[in-house]
Amino acid sequence: MDLSSISPVTLIVSLMAASTPILLAALGELVVEKSGVLNLGVEGMMIIGAVCGFIAAVTTGSPWLGFLFGAICGAAVSMIFAVLTQYLMANQVASGLGLTMFGLGLAALLGHSYTGINPPSFSQIHIPVLSDLPVVGRIVFGHDPMIYFSLALTFGIWYFLTRTRGGLVLRAVGESHDAAHALGYKVIRIRMLAIAFGGACAGLGGAYLSLVRVPQWAEGMTAGAGWIALAIVVFASWKPGRAIIGAYLFGGVTVLQLNLQAAGLAISPAYLSMTPYLATIIVLVIMASDKKRQSLNAPASLGKTFFAST
Amino acid sequence: MTPLLHLSGLTKAYPGVVANDNVGFEIAPGEVHALLGENGAGKSTLVKMIYGLVRPDSGEMRLHGQPFAPHEPRAARAAGVAMVFQHFSLFEALSVAENIALGMDDAPETDALSDEIRSVSKKYGLTLDPDRMVGDLSAGERQRVEIVRCLLQNPKLLVMDEPTSVLTPQEVDVLFETLRRLRDEGTSILYISHKLEEIRTICDNATILRLGKVVGTCVPSEETPRTMAEMMVGTELKSPTKRPYKPGRVLLEVKNLQLPSKDPFGTSLRDVSFSLHAGEVLGVAGVAGNGQDELLLALSGEELTDTAAITLKGATIGSKGPNHRRLQGLLAAPEERLGHAAAPDMSLTENALLTGHARQRLTNKGFVKWQATQNFARAIIQKFDVRTPGASHAAKSLSGGNLQKFVIGREIMQRPDVLVVNQPTWGVDASAAAFIREALLELAEQGAGVLVISQDLDELMEISDTFAVLAEGRLSRVRSASGVTIEEIGLLMGGTEVDHAAA
Repeated sequence: MDLSSISPVTLIVSLMAASTPILLAALGELVVEKSGVLNLGVEGMMIIGAVCGFIAAVTTGSPWLGFLFGAICGAAVSMIFAVLTQYLMANQVASGLGLTMFGLGLAALLGHSYTGINPPSFSQIHIPVLSDLPVVGRIVFGHDPMIYFSLALTFGIWYFLTRTRGGLVLRAVGESHDAAHALGYKVIRIRMLAIAFGGACAGLGGAYLSLVRVPQWAEGMTAGAGWIALAIVVFASWKPGRAIIGAYLFGGVTVLQLNLQAAGLAISPAYLSMTPYLATIIVLVIMASDKKRQSLNAPASLGKTFFAST
Repeated sequence: MTPLLHLSGLTKAYPGVVANDNVGFEIAPGEVHALLGENGAGKSTLVKMIYGLVRPDSGEMRLHGQPFAPHEPRAARAAGVAMVFQHFSLFEALSVAENIALGMDDAPETDALSDEIRSVSKKYGLTLDPDRMVGDLSAGERQRVEIVRCLLQNPKLLVMDEPTSVLTPQEVDVLFETLRRLRDEGTSILYISHKLEEIRTICDNATILRLGKVVGTCVPSEETPRTMAEMMVGTELKSPTKRPYKPGRVLLEVKNLQLPSKDPFGTSLRDVSFSLHAGEVLGVAGVAGNGQDELLLALSGEELTDTAAITLKGATIGSKGPNHRRLQGLLAAPEERLGHAAAPDMSLTENALLTGHARQRLTNKGFVKWQATQNFARAIIQKFDVRTPGASHAAKSLSGGNLQKFVIGREIMQRPDVLVVNQPTWGVDASAAAFIREALLELAEQGAGVLVISQDLDELMEISDTFAVLAEGRLSRVRSASGVTIEEIGLLMGGTEVDHAAA
């Protein structure tokens, strides 16, 4: 085995790319859960975003339109879940699981004739001088625009949730929908908006996967990324800043195991592919061991159906 | 002088029930007006119409002589109507300032708001720290948050729905002081309560509702609580007669019971010790959130403790679960009817089975004996006058009072040696409450020990033989209930230990 073939700089650069789809989806789900809704359909919305973004980018030749269309389609399928749970009072867990199944099936159907095509390339930015700096240049200034967007989005969501009135209302709805309703806030409308935002973020994450990370369309290509994103929301105790840590930790383990495989580590690759998931489970178990702390951060109305009692 | 608020002909019907039927009355500026009535009399619906949460089917409201028809709470607030809710509309995980900002339509910046909160709370003697988390506040402090939130909007009419149900007597005094000051400044107050003594103290006029209709008006200071209660209920009331108390043998002994609370906003039990005798009704007073829920959980067996901490008829049972304790004769009825004492979506028969199976032998080798279970449920319904079409109806379809009669009846029918109840008459109307108290006294008379945890001091004074106060997870010394004054209890509830002086 030759560990020296693993370059730390390359590792960090590629872990950021590997983490971005999960980070985007996790940020969207974080906002949804803060409003008191548990949407387990992240995986389904991601793969719809992946296939729709891919089709749009291939058809128009513009990766930007691909991202936009991926986000719109993610938001569109999330509305199925939203109408079911907010207006028809369907169970959120069952509806979310249904959305995942539906999304995987629909994406396979839509993407049938797009397998094996290469999408238009989405290049990394290049700032003269800065991007050419050793080490720092590649880690700080050498990414594609979506990575910077995901970091800006993290900050934006943190600012929205903690510093603005809109964010306060959103948290209030997730904390106690009955009290928010009694004060005259439109619980269902706020939750619909949050779900749509979550869908758009998941769609964007999916589009990043098919347009930049892989970049190809393949059936079932999200491979559980949506579930990891859900786990990261809990791991982050519903705090945007910690979601970055969670996503990068997962991305880091993913990239590292690929590098170790390439370096010829004498362990079956099957075990190595398991490590990101194992690491996630271990971290979640450690987090969950402190119930008291966790339940302080969890939105108190999470997953509960709201019946307006007028 | 034009009345501040004039209501006439207000009617609101829901499927199957007319909540308000042609209701009308007036409130003058600077008047404290009481709205009296049992649960289900239509008080809440009326208030929701005034606050814009519900729209009347017909009828008219006038504010300052102008037509007033708020279509949402925001419109009502803009017109000068503010409301303090019965079940606090607060968010536990948010700070005081955030909670107040949520209730205002044009909330200033956080810092400016915090300053405003401090100045208003100072002016009205309502101490409040804007940065604290609401989940850490006592019930009295939470209510202050609601009141300050209302006051920051300079209301003309302040609506208060059951404001004192969770307060200590001292906190009630502070509240009344604030209300008087507001009244003197010209604010009108619509005061909803079924605590008649309070209404006599604070209210200028009263309107009495029964089954959605106005059945009378009165000047509370010229009435007695009894005459007002009878107007509310429509019949004469009988109060339970206390029998002389002779302590029997010790049935339940609790020694240095410790229980860390699992709820982040709960209170841990610290060194709780007492003994309960045959024939004794022990009343445990205290403001909500001082360890009442934890005490019930520890006694019922839902939370296990050190095995020696709890002794039932000579056997240590601290580490034994609920079914073991039930078989040994210790039964419990928790405070929360729906979701804790009863499973809301299950039928009364199924609910009867849930706590009754062990002691009533309703199962045979793991199979349910449905016929016997149904008979058990029917017997409870009959004996405890539970108004329901039948035992196959879901628990949640019953009104609060009827479900409470069922829940308490289910335990009493199993002939316990020791019965522990938490808030047995919370949110229950006067006639059902009297029935439940009578049943508890009868059980004690037959030689059982009864532990009643309650925040309703009048209730405890009425039925307990002995008395203790739970404050911040500690239980005061148990003393005889005769000769204890409300003031003394109030001090204990606030956490002041006056045991030595009184003993």
